[in-house]
Amino acid sequence: MTGGVATGKAGPNAAGLRRDARGERIALFGLSLPALALVVVTMVIPVAWLFWLSFFADDGSMSLVNYRRLIEQPSYRRIFLATFEIAASATAICVLLGYPLAYFLSQLPQRLANLCMIGVVMPLWSSVLVRTYAWLVLLQRQGLINGWGMKLGLWDQPLTLVHNLGGTLIGMVHIMLPFLILPLYGSMRAIDRDYLKAAANLGAGPTQAFWRVFLPLSLPGLFAGGLIVFILCLGFYVTPAVLGGGKVIMVANRIANDIEIFFNWGAASALGVVLLVLTLIILWAASRLVRLDRVFGGHGP
Amino acid sequence: MTRGASLPIAVRQLGKSYGPVRALDDIDLDIHSGEFLTLLGPSGSGKTTLLMVLAGFTRPDHGSLKFGDAEVIRLAPHKRDVGMVFQNYALFPHMNVAANIAFPLRLRRVATVETARRVEQALDMVQLAGYGARRIEQLSGGQRQRVALARAIVFEPRILLMDEPLSALDKQLREHMQIELRRLHDKLGMTTVYVTHDQREALTMSDRVAVINRGRIMQLDAPRRLYEQPANRFVAEFIGESTFLPVEARDGAFFYAGEKLKLPDGPAPDGRCLLMLRPERLQILDGAAPGDVNVLRGIVRNVVYQGDSFLLQARLADGSEIGVRGISTRGAMAAMPRPGEAVMLGLGPDDTVLLRDDSGSP
Repeated sequence: MTGGVATGKAGPNAAGLRRDARGERIALFGLSLPALALVVVTMVIPVAWLFWLSFFADDGSMSLVNYRRLIEQPSYRRIFLATFEIAASATAICVLLGYPLAYFLSQLPQRLANLCMIGVVMPLWSSVLVRTYAWLVLLQRQGLINGWGMKLGLWDQPLTLVHNLGGTLIGMVHIMLPFLILPLYGSMRAIDRDYLKAAANLGAGPTQAFWRVFLPLSLPGLFAGGLIVFILCLGFYVTPAVLGGGKVIMVANRIANDIEIFFNWGAASALGVVLLVLTLIILWAASRLVRLDRVFGGHGP
Repeated sequence: MTRGASLPIAVRQLGKSYGPVRALDDIDLDIHSGEFLTLLGPSGSGKTTLLMVLAGFTRPDHGSLKFGDAEVIRLAPHKRDVGMVFQNYALFPHMNVAANIAFPLRLRRVATVETARRVEQALDMVQLAGYGARRIEQLSGGQRQRVALARAIVFEPRILLMDEPLSALDKQLREHMQIELRRLHDKLGMTTVYVTHDQREALTMSDRVAVINRGRIMQLDAPRRLYEQPANRFVAEFIGESTFLPVEARDGAFFYAGEKLKLPDGPAPDGRCLLMLRPERLQILDGAAPGDVNVLRGIVRNVVYQGDSFLLQARLADGSEIGVRGISTRGAMAAMPRPGEAVMLGLGPDDTVLLRDDSGSP
């Protein structure tokens, strides 16, 4: 930069320095452009398109008939209710299974814990479809579990482990568990061991130290993991379709039906829009409850 | 909170190894009831390990630890009933100030009213009255330090442990807190074990200081004795500034540069000796040397002005570099010899300290 002659109150080089600052901001913003473009193309445009579609009736006329149907037909309300119940159940089971595991991992030496975390994350490397069918192989009437159970004489008749809600939940919990454990483990690792030492020093036995100090400090991570799991569960399609045996209909399954069987894009779009809005409402409510920037790993002031 | 009971601590043959490293090398240590004792040493010396054994967080390989008459070496930390101030304070971030301080009382099932009263009293004691409802993250470093202290004393433990509690504070606040901690100790009277690597802090606060190096206690003494009669070269170098000159022993007397040293009365060490020089105990002599001091002759290398004091660096005839520190009065600065000039330095017999030369062995 050539040093311009200072003009007015601005000191030497003021204009040039301001220009440099602006240039840096623009360059930084440029880094986010590819991702932004991707989001617009794959998310914003299709969602807007769906939104648009949902206002057209079968005959192509513009109307609110799709939304009216959602309200008037009790079957739709049942599907939404079932979806939320299944998502809540899967989340609850994930918490019950995942919290002790994350706690155990967080107490291991770092290197060993890293090794174990690979085990936790590994299922994410294979497709949901593969894992879902793997559960089918295990759980079906002639599957591995029934086969062994009867061979060992634990039960006589094959148990109905799949093609029902139970099978669906088993599959969903298995797929969702890493999403709970990852943020939870992270927040547990971040808890300074000195807090537990201090609790012990002040007279808290291990149990009291856990309930009064460790658990409260791990709640943000638990909340983050639970929220992610719950929201992902709301949109499940493959697992209820394969393991539910037609008895477990979640919103996504109904959307697929509307399109594949009835070719009713308007109805399907309206379902999608309502599910999206409900999800956003949940996120908003969650953000009122807890500061999400802290929950999702950022550190507040 | 009034002056409460305190307990003596007896450590016997305490050993702890981490692989080949002996963090505690068969330590024996008696801490008197009500004493303020500081464990002083460089990092990795074992001082923190020793404190963690006292608190029960580190399990030693062997040894005995008694609080009063009770053997506690295998007692779980939460049953030891000692207060502790952690280096990073370890205040629970999900509780406010009052809840933090009430924590040990709630665990002891103290009644609610009594708890509130004692929390107030503890806050008062650390000069934070009215801060009970504050969140921890709203407090400054110094305030957190005080809350940590209040939490450690509120259940009136008879032993208080502190792990470098002032190291995160800036210099001014640190010096202020040193005085305040000591005053609080005198008021409460609990046996206090304090860990620091700051020798000035140790000298300022302690009744006695245990200088620790490589898992061993090098010297256990009152601050003044520690400074004036260090047991060995390590202690002399770790506490205060010092330089060492080789000394010749002949016919029951000691010589430096051919001159017989005038020594204080009393026994002198035997074997190879070193003369310990503290910069502030030397004085610049002008004109004739008085007959009752030891005189060192050298050439001025440079003079550094440091505000309240000056530091003159000189080279002696045998090549040793020594420092002289004095108060930077105008007169002293005006009479200061210049670099390259010859200078005579006087050392009173009382300040002429000989040490056994243990260089090579720790």
